[in-house]
Amino acid sequence: MTTVRNGKKNIALELHDLTVSYDRKPVLWDVDLELPKGKLVGILGPNGAGKSTLIKAVMGLTPNSSGYVRLFDRNLDEVRDRISYVPQRESVDWDFPASVLDVVLMGRYGKLGLFKRPRKSDKEVALDCLRKVGMEAYTGRQISQLSGGQQQRVFLARALAQQADLYFMDEPFAGVDAATEKAIIGLLRDMSSKGNTVIVVHHDLQSVTEYFDWVILLNLRLVACGPTKEVFNAELLQETYGGKLTLLSDVGNLMKHQHFPNREANASRMNPLK
Amino acid sequence: MEALQIILAGSLVAITCGLLGCYLILRKMAMVGDAISHAVLPGIVIAFLISGSRDSVIMLLGAGLIGIFTTFLIEFFHKRGRLQTDASIGVTFTWLFAIGVILISAYAGKVDLDQDCVLYGEIAYVPIDLWITKSGTILGPRVLYIASGVLVIILVFIVLGYKELFLTTFDPAYAAAIGISTTLWHYLLMGAVSITTVASFESVGAILVVALLIAPPATAYLLTEDLKKMMILSTLLGVLISITGYYLAAAFDGPIAGGMATMAGVFFALAFVFTTTAPRLKRSIKTEKG
Ligand SMILES: Nc1ncnc2c1ncn2[C@@H]1O[C@H](COP(=O)(O)OP(=O)(O)O)[C@@H](O)[C@H]1O
Ligand SMILES: [Mg+2]
Repeated sequence: MTTVRNGKKNIALELHDLTVSYDRKPVLWDVDLELPKGKLVGILGPNGAGKSTLIKAVMGLTPNSSGYVRLFDRNLDEVRDRISYVPQRESVDWDFPASVLDVVLMGRYGKLGLFKRPRKSDKEVALDCLRKVGMEAYTGRQISQLSGGQQQRVFLARALAQQADLYFMDEPFAGVDAATEKAIIGLLRDMSSKGNTVIVVHHDLQSVTEYFDWVILLNLRLVACGPTKEVFNAELLQETYGGKLTLLSDVGNLMKHQHFPNREANASRMNPLK
Repeated sequence: MEALQIILAGSLVAITCGLLGCYLILRKMAMVGDAISHAVLPGIVIAFLISGSRDSVIMLLGAGLIGIFTTFLIEFFHKRGRLQTDASIGVTFTWLFAIGVILISAYAGKVDLDQDCVLYGEIAYVPIDLWITKSGTILGPRVLYIASGVLVIILVFIVLGYKELFLTTFDPAYAAAIGISTTLWHYLLMGAVSITTVASFESVGAILVVALLIAPPATAYLLTEDLKKMMILSTLLGVLISITGYYLAAAFDGPIAGGMATMAGVFFALAFVFTTTAPRLKRSIKTEKG
């Protein structure tokens, strides 16, 4: 562990023995991990694995958790303005009477403080972020009139408007068309190449090696966390998804894309139903 | 002059209720408004018993506290007892309301309050319930002072806390993530609803406050997709409801509060018919705002 010897300078996120429970039922067990700065990181795991819960626990949104979370070697409260969060799109009511610009400006609230209204400079930042996600034509549009992909881009723009160093995004590609997904991932790549750390909950296993530098494999416990090349392999995926990764075609496609060695052997091992 | 004073009192109450109601319905908490408006009853009675007068400041404080306590109980039964929110609301406010009713009967002699007045209010008394200073100067109807004072408090609250109320209503998880306390703003809003309810109960009564909390914002919600416009529309509707309600009651020689609540329902029905039968019209109104 060279990172430890170098001190925590290059660590963006550190979780130590993190356990989270709802109604006394633990949904995350003893998660220990460290993520270096400047990486584009994918969180993978089946539905209900605790991916959203992991992010919420880091942001201090879950009631019962034990263990600790360090961000840039600090506590959350000391670095809150450097952390940004994109909740799952379905977590809000999109019929809410607000415009696209209203929502993106929310990204500036943390910097504004109590009682202050957004200034012209905040508006400029918001417009700039809308431009980055290709939504500048929709600034005044009511959010109830957006498509799913557009809603997602508005959420992304709001997060960008925070001008943070570390971004948590919960399923930013859900309900987004292929072209938008490509555009968004380009943006995220760009951000990470500028030194930002971007942590993304992701579902499509086929694009993992193409998108992410690092991956976190999660299923109530941490299965693995490391560079994609090292931990995104059939064995650990099998451990993460267990009986849930059953479609032979999925596995077959995955193998084709990833060019795993030992294709036949892996494929049969990854399909517990057969 | 009397008609004007009554209409003015009704408008002030309706505007205050409508502004807060916008946030209640967007938070899907319309029934919490209902609950608070009933649950403050024991607070009102106890404040009467302690102060021995209709001292408004003490009453507002007592009711504010009970209102916050009500919200706390609702949350407590919901979170700790894992009771559904609606069941939790139902249990909490009926119980507190009943205590209030019992207190009124038990202390009937000592409390200058009767159940009918608390339940239905009597806005017609506005012009004769005057505020007279110790030196004997007549300052005008007491209710007008209270209602304007509360409206100013609520306006200041909404203007100063606009972005926090907006964000904690739209996306509480994100609000908490960027360090805005959703709990604080929740209880501030509930406190504001409690104060408004108490200030309004003398004029429109505990039950009809609910109509003014919910109907104008719900009507405005049908007509616009912009929060600021929704609040402005609610305000206009409040004034309209007060004027038309007064004359409706006068025409039928009925209670004025009843007339106002009826008109609140009529405006809602009109907006509903308008937006459902003429969706294209509605769309053009909506996109024009875009
Ligand atoms: N607010 C909550 N109350 C109770 N249980 C919850 C809550 N949120 C999530 N859970 C449970 O925690 C587990 C993990 O959920 P989540 O983190 O949303 O999974 P994922 O995002 O990986 O699909 C699931 O079993 C879910 O039912
Ligand atoms: Mg999730």
